[in-house]
Amino acid sequence: MTFIKDFINVLSAASISFVLLSSVFAFIVYFNLFDGKLKSKIGGGFIGFGALLIVAGLFIKPLLYLGITYFLIMFVLAHLGGRLWDHKTGLWMLILGGGFFALSMLDGNFYLIAAKPDNVPIAAMIFLLGFFTWVALRKAYLNDRQMLAGGIPWEKTESDEKLFTWPDLVYTEMLCMIILTIVMIIWSVALRAPLEEAANPTSSPNPAKAPWYFLGLQEMLVYFDPWLAGVVLPTLIIVGLMAIPYIDTNPRGNGYYSFRERKWELGIFLYGFLVLWSFLIITGTFLRGPNWNFFGPYEYWDPNKLVPLVNVDLSEIIWVKMLGMPLPKLWVIREMFGIIFVLGYLGLPPLLAIGPFRRFYQKMGPPRYYVGTFLFLFMMSLPIKMVLRWLFNLKYIVHIQEIFFNV
Amino acid sequence: MANLRKLQEEIVNSQIWKSIFRVGIPNTNRKRVLAVLGSLILHLHPVKVRRSGVRMSYTWCMGGTSFFLFLVETVTGLLLMFYYRPTIEYAYPDIMDLREQAPFGIMREMHRWGAHAMVIAVWLHMFRVFMTGSYKPPREFNWNVGVVLLVLTLLLSFTGYLLPWDQLAIWAITVGSNMARATPGAGNEGPMSGLIKLGDVRLIHAGDDARFALIGGRSIGPSTLLRFYVLHCMAIPLAAGFLMAIHFWRVRKDGGISGPM
Ligand code: HEM
Repeated sequence: MTFIKDFINVLSAASISFVLLSSVFAFIVYFNLFDGKLKSKIGGGFIGFGALLIVAGLFIKPLLYLGITYFLIMFVLAHLGGRLWDHKTGLWMLILGGGFFALSMLDGNFYLIAAKPDNVPIAAMIFLLGFFTWVALRKAYLNDRQMLAGGIPWEKTESDEKLFTWPDLVYTEMLCMIILTIVMIIWSVALRAPLEEAANPTSSPNPAKAPWYFLGLQEMLVYFDPWLAGVVLPTLIIVGLMAIPYIDTNPRGNGYYSFRERKWELGIFLYGFLVLWSFLIITGTFLRGPNWNFFGPYEYWDPNKLVPLVNVDLSEIIWVKMLGMPLPKLWVIREMFGIIFVLGYLGLPPLLAIGPFRRFYQKMGPPRYYVGTFLFLFMMSLPIKMVLRWLFNLKYIVHIQEIFFNV
Repeated sequence: MANLRKLQEEIVNSQIWKSIFRVGIPNTNRKRVLAVLGSLILHLHPVKVRRSGVRMSYTWCMGGTSFFLFLVETVTGLLLMFYYRPTIEYAYPDIMDLREQAPFGIMREMHRWGAHAMVIAVWLHMFRVFMTGSYKPPREFNWNVGVVLLVLTLLLSFTGYLLPWDQLAIWAITVGSNMARATPGAGNEGPMSGLIKLGDVRLIHAGDDARFALIGGRSIGPSTLLRFYVLHCMAIPLAAGFLMAIHFWRVRKDGGISGPM
């Protein structure tokens, strides 16, 4: 029992769970949604990466745990193939997930966090997200298979038929309202809304957390300064969402579930929504304790936990550690490498437009292409910064304290 | 059974009923059409709908759930307003009273859980709309109305979070609003803000930056409470209600719930 708990505690550290989640996501997209076929090159990539983890795991324990879990999940997914979308598999996943949650509730530390009244809806959200993701992908998979065989998506078989709003639609709505009302009443009777001591501006709780739907942003503060995590990136999320219909010119897949016809759109959106946004919220809610330190799900939130501060800036890594020189005084020179890195990153779209992305560039036209790729680059800056932090303890790529400009 | 039928007919054919609903039992197609057209609320719907669009498995009923939860929030919120005064002397004791004194007091519970549920429902609704490609032409604009609704939903929840005026409330809002300090060019700790100067005097400081505008002071205080109260109970619900009207109107004008061409 303690071993399993320890195993899961280690696994849930952001660096480990993020790699696991990303790989599982990629595997499902490449394998299970494509009827169990994988190009040998990509399949080899998955196996090679797993092998790398195991080898590295011989020296670093958490990576061994990661490698083992990685292969275990890939094995099950590969074995299931298209059957991942069967009702039976779905039911099993629900039972296993629910069982895991129920068993975990027996653990005192887990219970303390998961049963906090304000956290209950988020636990429910995890299940709902999982359930609806599965439902949507299952429908997409079934439609794709039908269309491959020369058929039509199931929505098409019904979309020309019209029903009277009364009774067909009105009754469904009525039923939904009744069920919702009952759920809301039971929930409200069973669980009291939290109320802590009266506000006291002089004594701040530890940890002080934003409302749960903003915890993804608060979690981003670990990797970015507030001006990026709290202002620029949220703004770009909203702008990006609004831009979606104008960037995406693919006319197919309008009004029915499908994956094959919209691989790129779905891949990017699901990655942003599930692997980044939801993952950060869940981490920020359940796994961040006092001083915003990381705590595994079965760990006690010890306010005295000490975590060494070992993060360093890129300028220090290059000037001091690699070149053995003191940091230059002038920030333009000191931050030279970081600035080149960032400009190079932002210069990718025009380069890619003449290179590998030429097809997209020609199909989309310059405005759509540039808006789309820049938004995508900003989204990907988060996982890139996360991985750099985990690999090199990198704090800032560019650190210009003089004008509060830190990236 | 026969008696029940008779009673039903009696009621439906009475003058009172007919004065309200006009049509009797909608048991013919003509009456079904009239039932929808004759009602302000039902005529949000078209008379006929695609079979695929009615299916729960297609829409997950999440747009409707979001709207229903918005109504729940409106009703329960209104009841809470009877008890609650937005000043730092009264806010916390009023909530306390509500909790300890009000008989069958589950309105606060329902309001809070409804708010959480609404955020989740709106996300799932957006997720469904994306997965069915329903933002594609001709529905691009309605997707945008939706994104604004999503932001308003989050703001509603955020402003409401402060009102109980307990430790949970002020520290959550403190953490949330501290980010505004870092707005580039407009927050006193934001990049480039230091460059905005008149001679030697910084124009952007803690007394006039983006955070100050948001919370009405240098720290969370009475004016924040009042500000959030007004936003929470008046400004944002009105804006959201207005946008929902546009949203629903556009669902119809764009050809009803999406389906394959
Ligand atoms: C308070 C929030 C919202 C409410 C009350 C609401 C309500 C609704 C309702 C009742 C429908 C009818 C179909 C259905 O139930 O799925 C609908 C459709 C739609 N909604 Fe929303 N919505 C909200 C937020 C959003 C958001 C956040 C988005 C997207 C970002 C969005 C985009 C759309 C689109 C594009 C349609 C048309 C879908 C179709 O024709 O299949 N809505 N909305």
